[in-house]
Amino acid sequence: MEDDAGGIVLFVGTIRNQTDGRRVKGLEYQVYRRMARREIAKLEEEIRKRWPVKSITLVHREGKLKVGDVSIVVAVSAPHRGEAFDAARYAIDRIKDSFPIWKREKFKGGRYAWVKGTPIQSHSSSVPKVGGPETRVRGIVRRRTRSLVEA
Amino acid sequence: MIYFAQARDVTGIKGEEFRLDLKSIVKDALSKAFEAHPKLSALESSLKVALNEEITREDAELKDGDRVALLPPVVGG
Repeated sequence: MEDDAGGIVLFVGTIRNQTDGRRVKGLEYQVYRRMARREIAKLEEEIRKRWPVKSITLVHREGKLKVGDVSIVVAVSAPHRGEAFDAARYAIDRIKDSFPIWKREKFKGGRYAWVKGTPIQSHSSSVPKVGGPETRVRGIVRRRTRSLVEA
Repeated sequence: MIYFAQARDVTGIKGEEFRLDLKSIVKDALSKAFEAHPKLSALESSLKVALNEEITREDAELKDGDRVALLPPVVGG
């Protein structure tokens, strides 16, 4: 935590037990890891251009998850709360529509169905260097990983 | 060629290699995939294509070892 940050916004996404009234037993995420890592770096660069954030942490799970499991964590610190909220909100929205991630829901009886997505959005063509000094954690974490955090 | 989500389901594989002529473009690789897996055509209009992890155009030129990926509509979070 930096001395010049006035707040941290933390978003933790969890697996819901229903979709459109249908009971969901679990979720499975598929990730194009190699591309997702580049997209994370691009997203971080874009956020830093738009808001004076201090540190950004983005973590997304991969593989099979149960209801109640954490699927995504976004944490942003900034000098003021408004900037932290805006940047965190932007990050989660972008991860929903412009990351090479797919999920399918598992229903009663073991039947799976892919969640309807949107065509992947291309926001930037430049590929920034991975790993800014203030980025704590980033990456895609597999189900079997005990810790949520990939160093 | 790398397949994800519904494309992985209909092809039954994660990926495969195709041999192409010199100066081939992304579209040529796609033709090979659609030829090998006719069921992919049902998804065709919804697919985006990535070349070496960047969204690409179908007329982009390919070189040896390039990775082309078929990306159905995405949803993260």
